Amino acid sequence: MSVGLEHYLILSAILFSIGLYGALVKRSAIVILMSIEIMLVAVSIAMVAFSRYIVPLLLTGQVFVIFIMVVAAAEAAVGLAIIIAIYRSRETIDATKIDLMKW
Amino acid sequence: MIGLDIAFWILAVVAIVAALAVVLLRDIFRAAISMILCFLTVAGIYVTLSADFLAAVQVLIYVGAISVLIILAIMLTREVQRGSPSNKLRIPAFIVAVLFLGAVSFALLNTPWQVSAELPVEPTTAALATRLFGENGYILPVEIAAVLLLAAILGAIVLVREK
Repeated sequence: MSVGLEHYLILSAILFSIGLYGALVKRSAIVILMSIEIMLVAVSIAMVAFSRYIVPLLLTGQVFVIFIMVVAAAEAAVGLAIIIAIYRSRETIDATKIDLMKW
Repeated sequence: MIGLDIAFWILAVVAIVAALAVVLLRDIFRAAISMILCFLTVAGIYVTLSADFLAAVQVLIYVGAISVLIILAIMLTREVQRGSPSNKLRIPAFIVAVLFLGAVSFALLNTPWQVSAELPVEPTTAALATRLFGENGYILPVEIAAVLLLAAILGAIVLVREK
């Protein structure tokens, strides 16, 4: 059986689920951020696969992936800056202990 | 085409194993290294989808920039000694992830995708530039992305500045 659109979409769904599990379960804020990056990459795979198989001449999905990368870079920079700021003031980045705004 | 199929299967298995290692490994530094491996295999998957420009950009931005940033943050926060523990929600989160995977797989396997028979554009760099900057293109989102990056840089500088 030749590799087609469904294979790429299933791969994307598996990677997204792994990232979702990591983002929900992990206590370290940096690992949560890494899981979110994996989720973004998984969505990008789905976008490129749609672009390749459904509109191969328009490249719309690839344009979207470029914007996903822009947002991922901005998110990583600001997220890590927040993590370092929290670490400076509280000496921990354990997400279960950063509960100042928890009701 | 058989070569592309073999490449896809190898890359897919390595990507899934590397992603699992990110969430399962105890050592946070090794998790970051396997995240880099996952990003590299995703660049390979872009190559099998004939997205050459995106593969290069993936290596540059994810493998080059974001990974270095994350490793730098690990070094700055002394996270390596604490490891990568899980919270109490391990089983509910696993159930949620599996349910999500099942629902999405069911939906996408039962959707009649209208797969086009045309061959993809190759190389994609010039075509992508035309799509981004040409007539009826995405020039406004490009400008907004520039503003977003500027805001992110300023925000990051302000957040980590010593008071």
